[in-house]
Amino acid sequence: MSELVLQKLRERFGTAILETHSDFGDDTAVVSPDHWKAVCEFLRDDPSLDFDMPIDLCGVDYPGRPPALPRMEVVMHLYSVGKGHRVRIKARVGDEDMEGAEIDSATSVWPGLNWLEREVWDMSGVRFRGHPDLRRILMYPEFEGHPLQRTYPADRTQPLVPYRTEEEAGLPLNKIAPFGADEGMPFGRQSTPQPDDV
Amino acid sequence: MEALDVDLEEGELELPAEPMHLNMGPSHPAMHGTVRIVLELSGETIVKADVQIGYLHRGFEKMCERGTWAQVFPYVDRLNYVSPMLNNVGYALAVEKLCGLVVPDRCQWYRMALGELARLSDHLTCNGAMAMELGAFTPFLWFVKAREMVWDILEEETGARLTHSFGRVGGMAKAPSPDFKGLCRAALPKILGLVEEGEKMLLKNRIFIDRLENVGAISAAEATALGWTGPCLRATGVPYDIRKAHPYLKYDEVDFDVPIGTKGDTLDRFLVRLAEIRQAKRIIEQSIDRMADEGPVNCDDPRVVLPDKTDVYTTIEATIQHFKLIMEGAKVPKGEVYSYTEGGNGELGYYLVSDGTGTPYRVRIRPPCFQVTGGLHRLLEGRMLADIVPTFGSLNMIGGECDH
Repeated sequence: MSELVLQKLRERFGTAILETHSDFGDDTAVVSPDHWKAVCEFLRDDPSLDFDMPIDLCGVDYPGRPPALPRMEVVMHLYSVGKGHRVRIKARVGDEDMEGAEIDSATSVWPGLNWLEREVWDMSGVRFRGHPDLRRILMYPEFEGHPLQRTYPADRTQPLVPYRTEEEAGLPLNKIAPFGADEGMPFGRQSTPQPDDV
Repeated sequence: MEALDVDLEEGELELPAEPMHLNMGPSHPAMHGTVRIVLELSGETIVKADVQIGYLHRGFEKMCERGTWAQVFPYVDRLNYVSPMLNNVGYALAVEKLCGLVVPDRCQWYRMALGELARLSDHLTCNGAMAMELGAFTPFLWFVKAREMVWDILEEETGARLTHSFGRVGGMAKAPSPDFKGLCRAALPKILGLVEEGEKMLLKNRIFIDRLENVGAISAAEATALGWTGPCLRATGVPYDIRKAHPYLKYDEVDFDVPIGTKGDTLDRFLVRLAEIRQAKRIIEQSIDRMADEGPVNCDDPRVVLPDKTDVYTTIEATIQHFKLIMEGAKVPKGEVYSYTEGGNGELGYYLVSDGTGTPYRVRIRPPCFQVTGGLHRLLEGRMLADIVPTFGSLNMIGGECDH
C-alpha cells in the first residue's frame, strides 16, 4: 500500500537511503544517520506522507558485525492517522565499543519522542544530540552501563544498597544469585553471543 | 473580640515568592505506587511537573532474549495486569505474522471474545479506580463487582484470574470450555446493569462532573504528536481505533462503533471508556454467536504447535517434537516484524527480531501507557494541585507496561 513512502524517500534523499525492504508488509528504510532529522522532518511535512504520530523508537544491538557496519540500530516506527500508512526507519550508529553512537534528536519534530529517546539512551546507550533533557528514565542515575546492549551480562546486579554479608547478618544466608549466568537460556545456547552468531 | 479578617488588605499580606517543590509519589495512593511527580508549585498552581517512572522496571526485554519464544507469554501477562489477555493475543499475533500463520476461525472468534472481556476488565478498573480516588467509593465497589464477574469467566476458561498465560503461538492453550458461551450470556447483562448503576451515581453528581470537566484537556493535534493512542486519543476526537482502521482477527466482520470525545478532557476520557464497555459487550455477543462449537483451535503446524498430550505419551515422533519445541523452542523464521493490536490503552505493538533460532533476538514492546504518561506533564502544568488525581487516574497508567 505504502510503497509510495519508500519511493518518495528514495527520490528526495537518493544515496542517503542505504537500503529499503518491505518484508512481512512492513515498509522499512535504512537511512544514513547524518540525514536522520532531515528524513523525520520530510516525513512529517510532506503532505502526501503526513506522518503525524511517532509510534515507537528502540535500539537493537548487533555486536560483532563486520567493521564497516555500525553496531547499534536505532529503529523508529511512524504512523499517519490521516493517511493510515506506516513506515519503519532505521539508522545504524556506533562502532564495536559504542564509540560515536550518536544521532540527532528528533524531539522538535514530534514531542512524543522525548521519553522514547531518553529510553533508548538509558537502555541501549545511543546519545541524542540536541535532546533537551537526556536523563535516564527507567534506571536510576547511579546505574552504570546500558542493560539492553547484548554485551551487558543478564546476571549482573548493581544494588544501590550493598547486599548484606553473612558476618553482618550473623547467620548463614544461603544466598543464591538472582539470576544465574545461564539461567533461563534454552538448551544449547550460551548467555553471551558468539561473534559468528550474528 | 472583633473579626480577625476585617481590616486585612491583600496588599499587606506577604506571600512567599519562592516556588515550592513537592514530591508526589511513588508511595502515594493516587500514583498507583509506581510514578513519582516532582512539582514546582506557585501557591496551589502547578508551574512545572517532572514525571518520573521506572519504579517497576523489571527488564522485560532483556529477559525475553534468554528464553524461547513461548516463554515470553508469562512475561507479557505481567506487563498489563488488568488486561493480560489482550497482551497474550497481541504477542501471539506478532509471532504468527513472523511465521506466516493464520489461526483457525474458531480460535479467532475465541481470541476476540476473550480479548474484549479483558477490555471490559481494563475499563472497569480504570473508571472505578478513578472514581474512588475522587472519593466515590460505592461505584468503585460496583465496578469491581462487575470486573469480578469478568474474571470468573476468565478463570473458568484459563484456570487463572489474572495472569492467564493462555495465548500460544498458533492457537490457544485450550479449546473453549463447553460452558463458555452460556457464562458470557449470563454475565454480560449483569455486568452492564452494575455499570449503569455506578454510572448513574457518578454522572448525576455535580461534584464529580465539576472535577472532571475541562480538566486536563488536550487538543487532537497535540495528542497525536505525543504519540497518544487508545481511549485517551479518541477522547480528543480522533477516531483512531486499530480494530477499525487496520482490522485484525475478525474485527472487520463484527458490527461496533468507535466512540469519540470532543474536548479531550478528563470527563471525555471517562465517557469514552464507559461507551467502549458497551461496544465490547456487543463484540463479545457477536463473537460467541459466530464461534463454532466444534472444530480445531490450533493451527496444524508441527513446527510451532505442541502435539496432543496423548500422542506425546504414546508415540516417539510426538515425544521428540514436544521435546524439541520445549527445549529448543519453535524456530521462528529470520526477519523483523512490527505487529500492532488495540490494547486496553491503545496501540499495543510488538517489534520482534528473529535470527532464525528458538530464542528471540530482540523483543520490543510498544506499550501505549508509556507515550501517554510521557505527555502527562502537558496536562498538569498550569492546573491546580488537586487536578492531578483525576487527570492521572483517567490516563490509566499501568506500571508494568509503562516501565517495561
